[in-house]
Amino acid sequence: MIEFHNVSKRYPGTADALSQVSFKLESGEMAFLTGHSGAGKSTLLKLIAVLIRPTNGQVLVNNENIGHIHRRRIPYVRRHVGIIFQDHKLLFDRTVFDNVALPLVIAGVPHQEIGRRVRASLDKVGLLNKEKALPVTLSGGQQQRVGIARAVVNKPPILLADEPTGNLDPELSCEIMDLFSQFQQVGVTVLIASHDLDLIGRMGNRVLTLKDGRMIAGGMHNEPQGFM
Amino acid sequence: MSAISVYIARHLQVMLSTLGQLVRDPMSNMMTIAVMGIALALPTGLHVMLQNVQNVTAQWDGAAQISLFLKQSVTDRQADQLARLIEQRQDVKSVTRITRAEALEEFRLHSGFGDALESLEGNPFPPVIVVFPTEESDNLLTVQTMLGDFRNKPEIELAQLDMQWLKRLYAIMDFGRRGIWVLAVLLSISVLLVVGNTIRLAIQNRREEIEVIKLIGGTDAFIRRPFLYTGFWYGLTGGMLSWLLVTLSIWLLSGPVNDLATLYDSNYSLTSLDSLQSLILLCLSVSLGLAGSWLAVSRHLSAIEPK
Repeated sequence: MIEFHNVSKRYPGTADALSQVSFKLESGEMAFLTGHSGAGKSTLLKLIAVLIRPTNGQVLVNNENIGHIHRRRIPYVRRHVGIIFQDHKLLFDRTVFDNVALPLVIAGVPHQEIGRRVRASLDKVGLLNKEKALPVTLSGGQQQRVGIARAVVNKPPILLADEPTGNLDPELSCEIMDLFSQFQQVGVTVLIASHDLDLIGRMGNRVLTLKDGRMIAGGMHNEPQGFM
Repeated sequence: MSAISVYIARHLQVMLSTLGQLVRDPMSNMMTIAVMGIALALPTGLHVMLQNVQNVTAQWDGAAQISLFLKQSVTDRQADQLARLIEQRQDVKSVTRITRAEALEEFRLHSGFGDALESLEGNPFPPVIVVFPTEESDNLLTVQTMLGDFRNKPEIELAQLDMQWLKRLYAIMDFGRRGIWVLAVLLSISVLLVVGNTIRLAIQNRREEIEVIKLIGGTDAFIRRPFLYTGFWYGLTGGMLSWLLVTLSIWLLSGPVNDLATLYDSNYSLTSLDSLQSLILLCLSVSLGLAGSWLAVSRHLSAIEPK
């Protein structure tokens, strides 16, 4: 589902943020991406969401090389990738329902369908009773779950999460991770960037480790520049 | 639901929700709409005024007449002879004679200075021959030649072309028309910029929202749509306001103009914008609104990219 082949990313005037990264995530696989801050976790996720383009190498999502797709195609790639942000990126002037409905509105889903799917998604994250609330009235954990509901409402085959538990206490973090496991169980490919090693250890999933832009663990074994 | 009806439904939804936003924030939107309305009302109003002047003068169009004021010494019989002579000319359609007595009588009746005449010795009016050129010769060049002929005749004191003031008026009106065009173009540009600037601010206010929409797969067209519809509403409401301003102004002026017309024994009344002109005004205003928002959107939306 997600393949990186010798991918490097260099921002102008700096050293490589990512260098020669190769790995492959199968459809329905769940993995953690870890490493010290500045190791390139966010850069890697941004490449999958086409927020940035690779300097070298190939990024394949669903067998499509997205490194060089046309600007106009980008929105359609992003619709297949649900993204969960550490800062939630909710719209604070809209209700929970409207926030979650946004990807469906963008995709042109008929009105009646939107209501049904938004409620199903909110039900999944346990916030069905908050659909009319404004995000400011919710706690941090609840806001994060609204963000998750929005990311999955469109049933994307890929789910990316950038430090989803960064601001949450351990108990809430566990709940959020359980949610991700549930999505994996229904066939979604999940990649979670996190530096919460305790939590990652307890989950027992595959772990991709970055260090100074290189993948030092969990990547591919058969590529010449790959690191173990 | 088919793809097309979904598409139409989305447009309608955006159209109504942008209208809703305008209604919910009336103060700041009214400012933009008022600027548009006034800026468009100015050239439109001037155009309507000019059109009215044209209506007034239209009835005199092509009616050049030459008044020949004869010398005091010319007798009525001599004047009659001269009139017949002139009437035989190829380029003259008809002539009218006004005898000294008739001129005196007319003046007494209409001028209101009848009493003043009593104090004068004799009749101060010269005999007058009014010459109407034929339609073919009713142009400035031929009429000028005729004038020259008449001025050479010894019986004639003064030959005056009554059309000259009309020609001057036309020249002034041409000038005015050109001026209105220049004004219209300048004010249209300013309307464009006002809408563009308002939309630019709206884009900046919704920067975060635009970023989030781009992150979750919103196309450029999707993001552009509400701003273009906002521009459309500005254009439509601004155009309606300018129509209202012009119509109201004409209505306010129509009373005094009617009074004035009555004094001139005329039943002339002001005309306002007809339905075609109103439609053109609205279309123009909507196009300006759309163009202004397009300008802002194409310049500023691409600058907002999620990081």
